[in-house]
Amino acid sequence: MAMNKQLQVTSHPHIDIAEDTRSIMLDVIIALSPALVLSIFYFGFRSLILTLVSTVSCIVFEFLYRKLMKKSNTIGDLSAVVTGMLIAFNLPVSAPYWMAVVGAAFAIIVVKQLYGGLGKNFMNPALAARVFLLSWPGIMATWPKVFERAPLFGSTVDVVTSSTPLASLKAVTLPNYTLMEMLLGQHGGCLGETSAIVLLLGGVYLVLRKVISPRIPLFYIGTVAVITYIFPRGGLDNLQWMLYNILSGGLMLGAVFMATDYATSPVTRGGQILFGIGCGLITVFIRYFGSYAGGVSFSILIMNACAWILDKAFRPRRYGVPTWKKAGAKK
Amino acid sequence: MALSFRGGVHPDDKKDLTNKKAFESITAPATVVIPMQMHVGAPCKPLVSEGNLVKMGQMIGDSNAPVSAPIHASVSGKVIAVEPRLHPNGCMVTSVVIENDFNDTLHESVVPKGSVESLSADELIKIIRQAGIVGLGGAAYPTHAKIQSCLGKVDTLIINGSECEPYITSGHRAMLETPEEIIGGIRVLMKIFRVDNAIIGIESNKLDAVRVFEKVLPQKNSPIKVKVLKTKYPQGGEKQLIYAITKREVPPGKLPGDVGCAVFNTDTCAAIHNAVTTGMPLITRGVTVTGGAIANPKNLKCRIGTCFSELVAAAGGFKDEPFKLIMGGPMMGTALTDIEIPVIKATNAFLGFLQYDDIYSKEQVCIRCGRCVTACPMNLMPLYMYMYYHKENFQEVLNLNVSDCIECGACSYVCPGRLFLTQTFGVAKIRLNQHNDSDDTKKGAN
Repeated sequence: MAMNKQLQVTSHPHIDIAEDTRSIMLDVIIALSPALVLSIFYFGFRSLILTLVSTVSCIVFEFLYRKLMKKSNTIGDLSAVVTGMLIAFNLPVSAPYWMAVVGAAFAIIVVKQLYGGLGKNFMNPALAARVFLLSWPGIMATWPKVFERAPLFGSTVDVVTSSTPLASLKAVTLPNYTLMEMLLGQHGGCLGETSAIVLLLGGVYLVLRKVISPRIPLFYIGTVAVITYIFPRGGLDNLQWMLYNILSGGLMLGAVFMATDYATSPVTRGGQILFGIGCGLITVFIRYFGSYAGGVSFSILIMNACAWILDKAFRPRRYGVPTWKKAGAKK
Repeated sequence: MALSFRGGVHPDDKKDLTNKKAFESITAPATVVIPMQMHVGAPCKPLVSEGNLVKMGQMIGDSNAPVSAPIHASVSGKVIAVEPRLHPNGCMVTSVVIENDFNDTLHESVVPKGSVESLSADELIKIIRQAGIVGLGGAAYPTHAKIQSCLGKVDTLIINGSECEPYITSGHRAMLETPEEIIGGIRVLMKIFRVDNAIIGIESNKLDAVRVFEKVLPQKNSPIKVKVLKTKYPQGGEKQLIYAITKREVPPGKLPGDVGCAVFNTDTCAAIHNAVTTGMPLITRGVTVTGGAIANPKNLKCRIGTCFSELVAAAGGFKDEPFKLIMGGPMMGTALTDIEIPVIKATNAFLGFLQYDDIYSKEQVCIRCGRCVTACPMNLMPLYMYMYYHKENFQEVLNLNVSDCIECGACSYVCPGRLFLTQTFGVAKIRLNQHNDSDDTKKGAN
């Protein structure tokens, strides 16, 4: 029985799981889609165009950078698409399109590719881009009113704006939206962060698909909930204060989609738990004492810098060595 | 509640291709090629030379080394060559080539050794050694050496019927078809270790085998018990199995005997039983011939030294030209360089894969998803070991306990970035061991 073709001879294992980087990124895109659809419903097609501009920019920057640096083409892994969507989700719908392009360039080139590309960046690219874009505070603090349509093209300065729940919380008052409106996202805010319920839906999808572990989102949101419940400000009702706090700002988007970013969060169980708690503490700290209304972006970026050390601190116990024995100190 | 361990993966087991197919014996081939190295440890020296006539069951290779197992002729006939031949491991290994006279004349040494009760533990160990028995789950560690390494330390005898590798069903079929042989072997081991109980661990995807044992064993106060294990890879890993059944963890660098356990494969037990009751050394074995490239996947009983090409022919040939041939399972098996390679003692399966795994065109990127950490049954952090290894920070690789890696392949299997994790650690262990030996004096302090 002669073998005509050459046999492939490789070291074991000889089979792979079906999931790969691309399928995981596709799952994230699917999980983000309901929030995009809802934002089109709330803010009109401008939010779709803004997302497309941001996404296409990310793909183009990634392609061009890697082409110029004579590196492999990686746009097929879809990670640039995820970054692009997240950048747009962190912008008010009235933001000019060029801002999405600038954000995409910063996220892809500076934060992601200069550090070696996917998996090597130490900050979440989309969040870093958002914080970079806060250099235009006027634009980044204009919040169009829900169901008011910002013009698709041209200036958006005339758009009807509304206050954000975060601004109310900063002023130690409960937002003038009902909890149901908060849940559905019928309030001012970035285009992707408004509806807690669809973001949670996306999170549940990711957990069911085993793309993310629920640890970081649960401990993040849980920490915010516990602290705001115990320490409400201005003598407001504990429960209401807590509920408005966890439904406001980018908390859901941040906890479900940003803090769980693989490259910038710990891989160990204990590390993930502490990462979530740390994000929650810093978020509340900034919301209570910071001069900026929102704390989610900053808290996640700060914890991003701790991911590596958390993994080091929470290394799994060595097999066969009880926890109370120092690892390696055998005999 | 099925017993289990931490970590592990759930590959599609593909056992339905062959788990309903009873063993078929294939006729001994015209020539057999018997390598002098079919086990972990020292290779055997041939005891015969070209032109000698040998009988079936005659010892044709042996070694004085403590970790080694003798090798026997699987047919009767004439030795036509003693020369290096291609071995499943890809190397040329000294092999005895025997031309079959198709008489199957038994050697004088192949006689029943007496009842288990009448034989002493030492005599039984000697019979096991003389029969050339090695661990038949795939590792092929000489069984007598394993017994001696933990003699006097064992309180729990564990029989490994988990067969956690996908595709393989030869152990499963043996449990269904000849459970009394397995139980006979367990009784021998119980006598040797002076223990009055043994536990057979079987994965939950083989409940029919569990029922067979429950039928064969006495209902009440049976010294041999069957426990159902969760179907999860690598459930059959020695340390994982011990943990699942006893909740004891084997410390790093220690052996199962150090936690009072000894683990033997079900097929090994059957071989022990046959060696004692018939005197027949290990010269045949069951092989699952399966995979997408095989026309009619089957379980075959064949003589050791039969070429894989004969097994494939008996299984209806190839459907299409295969791209990969594997001896053993897809998680830990060895990819073969050719098909004209003999079945050895450790061969529990032969797989033919059609689909070309285009590994080199894939972008290998760690996205830090952490799946490898979750999957590792040894509590390791594969992604960091991989990263430090490729940055040549070997001290950190050692600090992360790469030496604990059992190379089960679970991390590579789940990696969405398709990193060569297991493969890297295999190389790292060899390289860093050498590196370690040279500065042992420095390390001795801690």
